Amino acid sequence: DPHWYPARQSLRLDPKGKPLRDEEILQELPVGTTATFYFRDLGAQISWGTVFLIECIGPLVIYLLFYFRLPLIYAPKYEFTASKHLVVPIACVCHSFHYMKRIVETLFVHRLSHSTMPLRNIFKNCSYHWCFAAWMAYYINHPLYTPPYYGEKQVKAALAIFLFCQLGSFSIHMALRNLKLPSCKIKKIPYPTKNPFTWIFALVSCPNYTYELGSWLGFTLMTQCVPVLFFTVVGFIQMTVWAKGKHRSYLKEFKEYPTLRSPILPFIL
Amino acid sequence: MASGEEDGTVEEKETNNKKRTKGTIATAWLTFYNIAMTAGWLVLAVAMVRYYLQKGTHKGLYRNIARTLKFFQTFALLEVGHCAIGIVRTSVIVTGVQVCSRIFMVWFVTNSIRQIQNEESVILFVVVWTITEITRYSFYTFNLLNHLPYFIKWARYNMFIVMYPLGVIGELLTIHASLPYVRRSGMYSLRLPNKYNVSFDYYYFLIIVMLSYIPLFPQLYFHMLRQRRRVLHGEIIVEKDE
Repeated sequence: DPHWYPARQSLRLDPKGKPLRDEEILQELPVGTTATFYFRDLGAQISWGTVFLIECIGPLVIYLLFYFRLPLIYAPKYEFTASKHLVVPIACVCHSFHYMKRIVETLFVHRLSHSTMPLRNIFKNCSYHWCFAAWMAYYINHPLYTPPYYGEKQVKAALAIFLFCQLGSFSIHMALRNLKLPSCKIKKIPYPTKNPFTWIFALVSCPNYTYELGSWLGFTLMTQCVPVLFFTVVGFIQMTVWAKGKHRSYLKEFKEYPTLRSPILPFIL
Repeated sequence: MASGEEDGTVEEKETNNKKRTKGTIATAWLTFYNIAMTAGWLVLAVAMVRYYLQKGTHKGLYRNIARTLKFFQTFALLEVGHCAIGIVRTSVIVTGVQVCSRIFMVWFVTNSIRQIQNEESVILFVVVWTITEITRYSFYTFNLLNHLPYFIKWARYNMFIVMYPLGVIGELLTIHASLPYVRRSGMYSLRLPNKYNVSFDYYYFLIIVMLSYIPLFPQLYFHMLRQRRRVLHGEIIVEKDE
């Protein structure tokens, strides 16, 4: 049935066992002269790259709708007006930069190990990012927005943190890309390179999440906005779950894995 | 028997003993809890009937039973804990949602918005809750004591068919009645500008709560219907064999 394209197929040797990986070869499987495979339909699939792109383009566009104060969002007298606070355009640039960087990374940097995910996930992922983006953008670009308590000092410090972490995040993504050669699917332990931003690999398994947390903490400090704090906390919880999982699989895969490393926060978590 | 084998069985016996003690403590606690809750809701029922017989009206009835209602309904939070630690085999989420919706009604609607306390819809859902809870808690009690009269089982798995929708109607009408007072007083709301750069409007929040009944109520209702079919269906099979 042409309806079940390969990405949608899950084959196992044992109905309760783990699904077979794409790269496994029939000759290497523990089967005799005949083999029984158990098939499962994973449902409609969509590529990870596509999901990431749609996930990121949404917030990018949505935030700008609020920044330019398009009609129907705020009171009519504020349509197409600009905020008098300096921090508001700075925040817009940062938010947009963050998502543009993500789009670039999805297109050119990431070498994704799983090729697809169930179609249902796109609704979950997109509504999460899109709704939060709208919620944050509404308040930051609101005519009654209150700038940070410590004024310019706070914004400058927050901006520095944000940029530092964005550079860090990019460095980590590049370092992870260089680990994965397109031909072989051998897994390797990431180590610090000449780039100082990667030195954090000595203490953390998933520094990409660490830098991401740092970026959003910077953004929270810059905008002093509770919805941003909320988004940062929820994101942190999710990334910690992912980091712990990745850390555990590193430990399982490599016996010589450095014991000093923590999943996401040095020495703490 | 070789001494090695004896050591193994001794260890096994110890863990089994620990499990059995934990099981007995759990059963004892749950029996006490369910008896206490049955008694509590019975007290509420009696108080309501007495008030109505004495005064002939439902006005002021809520104020009269408010403290008892709040106490026993809040105590039900423990049930979420029971599911979480596993001594009751129900989903934490289902229990959590049900208890939270009750707590929300009692503390954040009828308790805080005094003007609606004499509405008929309040009496409707309080009566429904009382009947439902007395049935439910006595069902659990008798179950734990292994002496379940058939009529209690029948009541538990059939009355909800009518009680549940009636309760929902009572709750929704009450929230709806409270809306103008919430809007006027601006209670539980945070307006802009403020240094947190966030706002919250309790009025719109209540509207969202009302709308959330649309997806949530059918799910809980069908969950109960499925449980009912499972219990009664299982019973039919046993009778056939005999």
